[in-house]
This record gives sequence, C-alpha cells and structure tokens, in this order.
Amino acid sequence: MIDIKKEIQKDRRAFIKNVLSGTIAGSLLMVIPAGAALDERLPEQLPGMRGDDSPFTEKKFAFVVDVTACIGCGSCCVADKNEYNVPDGNYRTWVERYVIDDHDEVFVDSPNGGLDGYTEPRKDIPYPVRDTFFVPKLCNMCEKPSCVQVCPVGATYKTEDGFILIDKDRCVGCGYCIQACPYSVRFLNPVSRTAEKCTWCYSRVRQGLLPACVNVCPVHARKFGDLNDKTSEVYKILREPHVISVLKPGMGNQPALHYLGLRREVV
Amino acid sequence: MSAVAHGETIAAVSNYIFPNDLHVHWSLMIVLYPYITGLVAGAFIVSSLYHVFHIKALKPVARFSLLFALAFLICATWPLLNHLGRPERAMSMMLTPNPTSAMAGFGYIYSAYFIVLLLEIIFIFRPIVVGLGQKATGFMKALYGVLAIGSDNVSEKALKLDHKIIAFLAAIGIPMACFLHGYVGFIFGGIKANPLWATPLMPLIFLLSACVSGIAGIIVTYILLMKLSGREIDVECVQTLVKFLWGFFILDFTFEMLELFSHFYMATHHWHTLEALYSGPLFNTFWVAQVGIFSVIPFFLLMFMSLIRFKDGLLLFFAPIASIMILVQVLLMRWNVVVGGQLMSKSERGATVFHPMWLEKEGILPAIIIMIAPVVILWIIGKILPFWMDDEGVEVA
Repeated sequence: MIDIKKEIQKDRRAFIKNVLSGTIAGSLLMVIPAGAALDERLPEQLPGMRGDDSPFTEKKFAFVVDVTACIGCGSCCVADKNEYNVPDGNYRTWVERYVIDDHDEVFVDSPNGGLDGYTEPRKDIPYPVRDTFFVPKLCNMCEKPSCVQVCPVGATYKTEDGFILIDKDRCVGCGYCIQACPYSVRFLNPVSRTAEKCTWCYSRVRQGLLPACVNVCPVHARKFGDLNDKTSEVYKILREPHVISVLKPGMGNQPALHYLGLRREVV
Repeated sequence: MSAVAHGETIAAVSNYIFPNDLHVHWSLMIVLYPYITGLVAGAFIVSSLYHVFHIKALKPVARFSLLFALAFLICATWPLLNHLGRPERAMSMMLTPNPTSAMAGFGYIYSAYFIVLLLEIIFIFRPIVVGLGQKATGFMKALYGVLAIGSDNVSEKALKLDHKIIAFLAAIGIPMACFLHGYVGFIFGGIKANPLWATPLMPLIFLLSACVSGIAGIIVTYILLMKLSGREIDVECVQTLVKFLWGFFILDFTFEMLELFSHFYMATHHWHTLEALYSGPLFNTFWVAQVGIFSVIPFFLLMFMSLIRFKDGLLLFFAPIASIMILVQVLLMRWNVVVGGQLMSKSERGATVFHPMWLEKEGILPAIIIMIAPVVILWIIGKILPFWMDDEGVEVA
C-alpha cells in the first residue's frame, strides 16, 4: 500500500498512463484470443464479418423464409431451444402447420411449437385436404419495431445494424413489449423474469456464423444474409420477381423477415 | 359460394393460438391499476366541482373526497410493483425513461399528481390542523406541526392567500386528473397490435369511467360513514352527486357502446376477431354482467333518482345500490378490456382462457388485499385529519 502511494507521488501522470494502458491491453487480450479460436474452429459463413474492413453499420441483414420449401421437421426449433436453453412452453421460433380442406376451411396448429416435428397428419379434418404447408415463425426484426417504441426503460433497443435486442439486465419485466408485438414472438422468461425473444442469433452473426436455425435447416427453407451484398442469396431473392410478402403488412412495422411464397391464409 | 371466391383471407376460426399467446401476462393486478387510478381521478373531480365550479351542495364531501383520492393514490403503484417481473428495477422508468414509451410517463404523471393532491390537502386542512395542533400533545402535536407546514398563522389575510392557492391547485388538478386517467387509457389505446384496445376512444372511455367510479365511490363511502358514525346525511349533497353520476354515466356508457358499434359497423378484418371474442369468452362478463345487469339497471335507477324527487329514505336506499352497481360495472369494464384484450390471440384465429387463482402472486387474494389497503389507509388518515369538519371546527354535515 505504501509502495503504491510512493509510486503515485513520484509521478502521478506516468502512474495514470501505466494503469490505463494496462487496462486497455488486458481487455484486448481477453477479446483477441476468443476471436482467433473461433476462426480456427468454424469457417466463416457470412462473408466479411471477421474482417476489419467491415464496420457493422454497412450491413443490412434480411431473413427469408421459403414457405414452399419447409417440410415441418422441427430441426430449427430444436436447434433454437438448445442454443438458448428456451424454457418449456415458450418459443423464440416455432413452425405452424396449415391445412386447407376442399370446403376452403383453414386449419392451423402448432403443437409444442413444432418442436417435435410434424410426423403424423392431422386427423380431424372433415373434408378431403386440398392443400397443406408449413410456416416457420420468428422475430420479424421490424424497421419500425413496436416493442422498442413501448419499452419504458429502453431495455429493448435496435442496434445500428438493425437487430432488435433485449438487455436482460435492464428489463423490468412489465410485459408491455409482449402486448405491443403484433407477431407474438416475445415471452417472459420464467427464470430471469425478463422479456425474451429471437435475436436472429446476433452473437453468431457478429462472429460470421449463420443463425442456428438457418444452419440446421435440411431443406434450406430459412435463408439469411446481407442485402448490401449483391452476391448474397437473400439479395437475389428479394430482387427477383418472386411471390414475396411480410406478415401483417398493415401494422406498418416493416419487417426485415420476408416470406417467399407466402399464402394469404397466413396471419 | 366459397369464402375464397369472395377474397376472404380467413375462412375459418380453427382456434389456433400463437404458442406464446397462451399465457395472459397482464393479470388481475393490471385490472386493478386503472380501477384504482380511476377512483382517484373521479374523487378528485368531485372535490373540484365544489372548489373550482362552486357546486355548493357538494360542500359536505369536498374535503373527504380529497382524502379518499389520497388513500387510493398511495396504493395505485402497488399492483404495478407486484406485477413487475423485476420490481427492484422499477425506478429505472423514472431515471432512464424511454421517451417514446407511454408507460414511462406514469412515474412522472403519478408523482406530479401526488404532489398537487398533497399540497391541496395541506392548504385546505391548514386552519383545522393549526387548531388541532394547539390542543394535541406529544407525537400528534409534532405531526400537526409538520402538516401545518410550520405556520400557525390563521389570520384573515393568511387564509385569503390559502384560498387563492387552493383554487389554483384545484384548477390545475382537474386537467391533471383528466390527464392521469386519460393517459392510463392511452397505455392500452396505443397498442395497435390489439384490436380491442387500439381505439382513440380508449382514453376517453377510461376517463369517463374514472369519473363515474370516483363519484360512485364517494356516494357509497359518504352514506356508509355517516350511518356508521350516526351523523345526519345531507340529502341535497347525495341528490347532487347522483345527478352528476347519472350525467357522467350517460357519457361513459354511450361511448362504450359507440366504440363497439363502430367496430361492428366498419367491420374491418379486426371485427372478425372481436365478434368471436364478444360472443364467446366475453359473453358473460361483457354482455350479461357489464352491460345487461350493471349498466342498464343503475342507468335507470340513476335516471329515476335524478328526474323524480324521491323521498329521502328511498333516495338514501337506492343511491348506494346504484353506486355499488356502478363500481362493479367499472371493475367489469377494466376486466373486459385488460383481460379480454389478451384473450384474443394475435393469430386472429382463436382465444385463450384465463382463470385467476386465489393464492398466486397476482391472484385473487393479493388483489383483495390491495383493494382493502386504501380503506385502511383512509381510516388512518381519518384519525389525523377529520373528514367532516370545516375551518371553524364545525361539522359541515
């Protein structure tokens, strides 16, 4: 203790400099090896995310779900639950099954959020089935997010690269965002007692990896990429003359989640 | 012809609920919150009718309604704190508020209103407090000293200044009371994702039902406390309160029905969901209870009491009955809006169910305790500040 005091008294300015540089160097050491280890383990799935020349504000990420491709296997739900340890009965993502009979009646279900996969056909359809398809749901990452608007403490916020995230250390657990979200993607985590939702795997994306659900989808029904990258698949899909829509466009939230081949029965 | 041929997007409600919509997040506590703030705003309006608009007949309850408002205002935050997942972070709403959030304003509006109400009570009761302080000893003497804000000057000049301050506080108190409750309505009315809530009429309906519940609350407690203490009831005062109650209730009920009728008439795709809600899960609590029993019956009771001069005994028998029914009506309205709105899934294809338990954190028992608390607080306030005494120390009734 006395030694430190002597040290400070000798040259106050030099002491502060030493402390500051030590802190900065220490913090860098904590960050750099982590990145390096990841690079070695997994190849980069999103181009340019690990380079220094890629400030994240230059990215404009979009998510595309191909309704015509989804087979309802539930792999995405399993991957998501494992990645985030989602409590039972709550869903960051889920898959809905639509069945339309030849009397044009629409039947929708999503038992356990589709987590177990749709292995059996629905048996309670009164007339012959005319059409059936699956619709995966997740956070819409709105351009104008209602949840961010209503959060009383700013715990839900939009990052500069367009992701809507939740700071669970700030969230008061009032549930206002859950009421405000038109897509019901939010829930209150019973353990942390704070709001939670899909983040499009922000931590993975920032490290150049695809969201977990995109990564595991066996039929490539979930697609993710940068719209500013003209070689990306999502850019091409949204540029080409496909049938593309967003959910509840009338809400005016302008989702960054797009659906390829979306049917009008889907809400 | 099939539904598809008509371009209808939803051919059937197959009772599909989004998986995260099964749970009703805003429970009994959020039903009580607008109910309690409504009682506060309504009671304040009663007091202001005397202090600002000089409705002389309301003199007997003018002071009491302020204390009634204070007792309930003290408890207004309790259901909210009990509801929050992380109540220890509640102060963040005031320290680091999000300016675009309707909810973030509550702390400020609540605090500002609390200060105005407290100041008005202090100035109105100052002459009495000075008198009581002279007679009291020990702790009570010290307490009265604090309540008199250190001044025992009750000269004519000082009281004149007091009255000016009171008139000013009561005058700014009215828009503040309106704002407090209109704002609570907006917390719901501003949620576009919920077709039952998202209507510009919501703040107005909340405000009018607040006035109605406050007046009804004052009628019931005034008559009850007078009977219990063996004092004489001022029939003229009750008669006037009944007339105001009827007037406000006409507006309240009209707008409630108008809101529903507009949805029905415009019949956007939202009506599809709302219709299923009103004819299904809300049929009993809305049509049968809120509208059929607790709106129509008190409406006619109040109308008869306002238009026909009842005998005193009859008036004092029916006025509390109608008022209690109105209090139930407003509670049902809060339930139907807050819980009803959440029963509809945002899938627009089905409704969930909600049955509050007795002993859970936000259950029926905590709700009852929170509703009894203001009554206990009012009783304690009554031990310090006399409800029915005017400046000269004479009973007003």
